[in-house]
Formats: sequence, structure tokens, C-alpha cells
Amino acid sequence: MSKSIEVNDLNVYYGDFLAVEGVSMRIEPRTVTAFIGPSGCGKSTFLRTLNRMHEVIPGAHVEGEVLLDGDDLYASGVDPVAVRSQVGMVFQRPNPFPTMSIKENVLAGVRLNSKRMPRSEADALVEKSLRGANLWNEVKDRLDKPGSGLSGGQQQRLCIARAIAVSPQVLLMDEPCSALDPISTYAIEELIGELKNDYTVVIVTHNMQQASRVSEKTAFFNIAGTGKPGHLIEYNDTATLFTTPTEQATEDYVSGRFG
Amino acid sequence: MTAATATPPSPTRLRAVNAVTVGRLPRAVPWLLLAGSWIVMGVVYGLLAASGATKGFDPVGTIFFGTVLFVIVLYTISRIVEGGRRAVDRLVTSLVLTAFIIALLPLISLVWTVVANGLARFDVTFFTESMRNVIGAGGGALHALIGTLLITLAATVISVPIGLLTSIYLVEYGRGALARSITFFVDVMTGIPSIVAGLFTFALFALFFGPAVRNGFMGAVSLSVLMIPVVVRSSEEILRIVPNELREASYALGVPKWRTILRIVLPTSLAGIVTGVMLAISRVIGETAPLLIVTGFTFSMNYDIFNDRMMTLPVFVYTQYTQAAGVAAQASIDRAWTAALTLILLVMALNLIGRLIAKIFAPKYGR
Repeated sequence: MSKSIEVNDLNVYYGDFLAVEGVSMRIEPRTVTAFIGPSGCGKSTFLRTLNRMHEVIPGAHVEGEVLLDGDDLYASGVDPVAVRSQVGMVFQRPNPFPTMSIKENVLAGVRLNSKRMPRSEADALVEKSLRGANLWNEVKDRLDKPGSGLSGGQQQRLCIARAIAVSPQVLLMDEPCSALDPISTYAIEELIGELKNDYTVVIVTHNMQQASRVSEKTAFFNIAGTGKPGHLIEYNDTATLFTTPTEQATEDYVSGRFG
Repeated sequence: MTAATATPPSPTRLRAVNAVTVGRLPRAVPWLLLAGSWIVMGVVYGLLAASGATKGFDPVGTIFFGTVLFVIVLYTISRIVEGGRRAVDRLVTSLVLTAFIIALLPLISLVWTVVANGLARFDVTFFTESMRNVIGAGGGALHALIGTLLITLAATVISVPIGLLTSIYLVEYGRGALARSITFFVDVMTGIPSIVAGLFTFALFALFFGPAVRNGFMGAVSLSVLMIPVVVRSSEEILRIVPNELREASYALGVPKWRTILRIVLPTSLAGIVTGVMLAISRVIGETAPLLIVTGFTFSMNYDIFNDRMMTLPVFVYTQYTQAAGVAAQASIDRAWTAALTLILLVMALNLIGRLIAKIFAPKYGR
């Protein structure tokens, strides 16, 4: 249950402002793909177009195609809600629902879509999702406590459990570790390594070591200057991109010489 | 074990005076100064009274000029001992505290007056009888209490759905000219004088039922006119502070927008919305002018808000006070004070209930 993503010549706009220009790439199922690049280069914006989350911001729209196993997400008549139930997302800052317990947070995707589920099945889903997010052993005794009482790293894993509980095809992660300490980061990276057995994972990160540790392919985005659109500079196997990049800009960025 | 562990004492420890200390006034000094200033001014006013320049001792002048003297002296002493920044700190602290006490005085005075005058008739009869066939002493305000509760309840039932839905539209859906004009008109509505709301309701109902129409429902409608903008503004502000991250988290799970609003946004902001509604109720429950026009007044019980005149507590206060005359004037005035006390207690009880509800529904952050 994981699908490939193919992007053809995608332009992303905020109102009249062209934020990302001319991106084309193919992401294979059951792989981890990392997006790296300086702040403001459009990698998060591009990530959010993959499940139509950027449309939440008024005025945002795209030109071009995003194909999920051949189905165009931007064809007319596509329901963004249906897209998002296939392409899950984990955000930069952990955002468990404050009114819900740990268990209710995991079941949120199911319950909010008002699917009826027998108690035993729900309990099994909670355990499976929390085990999948490596959180089960830490919270199994306090499933009815509020999710916001967990530590930052635990909250982020709770959000991952919540995202995989609706069994998406693709999991997008927008800098999932940037608000976490190294130990929690390590736990999440381990988790990403396991998640790729079942899901197509796309992760935005500022941490190049993290990109090289967790991903098979890496995309480098850059921006020519403020107010200019971001571009996909290079997209290649992670090992190749970090050791023998073809573009000068990529080499400067990954080796720490900017410009 | 090596000899190198014995380090010489650090040179800073040897200095007799710490370079970063400054002078400080002892804690008791401001209070002693305040008492001293009052005594000094008391002596001045005492001398003035003794010399015959003023008629008797003036306690208000003593306190006022004593406090002014205290502020000046404290600033000067603090400036000499503690330096400029702390002196300004003390000056502003005493000014803020004085302003706070001045602001509190009317409230305390008001509560004191109402309690002192209202306790005379705060008895069982007052809450079990109406004013029907009562001449002179006795009688009660049960009809007014029931009227106020029913009319306010009806006004709440009308205003909360309209106000809440409007604010949801403004926060979650509204874009462009329509949302802007709604915001503008809500602002205008906030400023409508309550008598205008009453006249509007009267004109509206008189169109359909003739000029003699008076009932409790009209009162509820006119209170709604006043209440809706308050509900819209308070719930709009509460809905806006719900973090966007929660909405996005819900969308990312494939949850439709309306369900996100219903199941994530509203529960998260429920405590604030309840508080806002309670404040709006407190705002309208004491309205007199529109009710005087559209519900009229009566001396009998009336449980039917759609028929006949209905008494309310504010109007009860008004009529008892204006119609106090003759031998039983004091009884009438006592009833007015007790009704005012009842109204204050009612508002206070509503606020306490609102806080309790807010506490129960507030998002929990326990471990």
C-alpha cells in the first residue's frame, strides 16, 4: 500500500507571486526522499502541493501535474479531502489535538471521518499505530491522558501514529525533527527507516546529515534571490548528490560553501 | 591526588564591596512614608480647622494631599538612595496602585450601597410573591425574576446560534467584500443605543400586530439585537486564536472542513466561547430601556413570553422607584433596592457558572 508520485513541470503560486517554478521529479514507492535547500527556497511549499495542503492559504494555486500512481491530483473534479486521506502529513511542530486523549488522537482520523468502528478493532488500531510509531511502550499505561502532556519527541511520534492510523499511501514530513532534541531525532529517524517498508516517505529537512542518513534520493532546491522563484537544482541518489554532485550550486551547499 | 588541586582563592572574593550592588530602601519605608504623609497632612488640616480657615476637619483632603505628598517624597528619597531607574519604578508603581484603588472605590461603594439597602426586603416573600393586589408594604418580585430569566433565555437562544455561526463564517470562510461589510455592520451594531433596539423591535412588531402589542418575546428580540454583536465579536476573537496547525493537522488526515470546524475548532475554543456568551448575557440582563418600551410592565405573574406584558427585574426597579409615593413610599424603595441586589447576584451567579463551565471544558495539559 504505497504509491509513486510523478511531478511534471509544476509551478506554485501564492496569488500572483511565483514561489516555485518548473519542478519535475519522480518518487518511487517505498522509498525515502529528502528535500534539502536554504530557508525560503520553496521546498516546504512544494511538499505541501503533494497533498494539496497549500490550498489552505488563500490565493495559493498551482500549474502543472502531480500524478499519484498516474492519477492527476489537480485534475478538475478531484476532492482535496480524498487526496489528503491518501497522502498523510506530519508537521514541523508537533500538533496533537489538545482536547483529545492519546488514544483519541490516534483515532482522530478515523473518528473525525465518522467511521463507526467496534471497540476491539479501535483498540487494535491504536496499538498497531502506536507500535508503528515506536511509542506504544512509552504510553500504553496512559492512553486516556491528554496528548499534550507528552514530551515534544513523544508528541511528534504521536502525530506520526495519528497520520499512519488512516493508512495513507504516502507520508509527507515537513521538518519533523527541527523542534526536537538529538535523542528524539534519532528515534524519529529510526522510525522513518521502518516506515519506508510500508509507505512512500518524503521528508523536508535542514539537516544534511539527516538527509544522508535516512533517504535514498535527495532533491536540492535553491533560490536565486529574494522575490525570485525557487527551483529544483538537482535530484539524484543521495550518495551521488552528497559525494559527486553534477551542479556547482549543489556542491557549494552540501560542502558548506554557500552562494 | 596531585598538588595541583589547590588553587588560590579567586581575587574577586577578596574585595570588600561588590561592584554591582546599589542602595536599597528597606521594605517598610514606603508604608512608613505613606502613614507619615497622611499624619503630616492631617496635622496641616487640623491646624487649618483649629484656626478657623476651614469648617471642621477634612478627611478627604487629608488622604488626597497626603497621598500626593507621599508620592513626591518617596520619589525624592528613592532617587537619592537608589538612583533614577528605581525611583521611576517606585513612582509608577505608586501611581498605578493609586489609580487601581480609585477605580475600585466606586465598585465597592456600589456593592456596599446595594447590599445595605437591599437586605431589608431580601426575604422569602420577595422571591415567592408577585405584586398583584399589593398596596403598601409586602409583595415580591417573583414575576419580575421569572420575566427576566425567560426573556434573557429566549434572547440567548436567538443570539447564540446567529452570533456563533456569523463568527464561524467570518473566521473560517469569509473573504472579500461580504466578510468586510459584515464586520463593519457588526461594529456598528455594537454601538446601537439600547433604546433604539427597543424602538426598532416595537416598530417591527407594530407593523404586524398593531400599536398595542407588548410581550416578552419582543423583549427577547430587542435584547438579541444588542447581544448578537457581542457574541460575534467575542467568539470571533476566540476562534481566531485556535492555532492553524490544528486545522492543518485535521485536513492532513483527510477530514472535511466542516467536520474540522465542528470537531476540532469548536471543542478547542469551547471554554472561550462559553465565557463570551456569559459576558454577553451579563451585558443584556440589566437592560431597562428597550424592555420598558416593548414588554411594558405588569404586577402579575406571566409565564408566557408570547402573550401579554411581562415584568423584568430592571423595569421592576424602575417602576418601584418612580412610583414610590405616599405612606408606603419606603416599602416601594426597599423593593427596588432588593430587586437591584437580586440582579447583581444573578449576574454574579451566571459569571461563576460560566467560569465553572469554561474550566470543565478547557483543553487539558496534564501529564
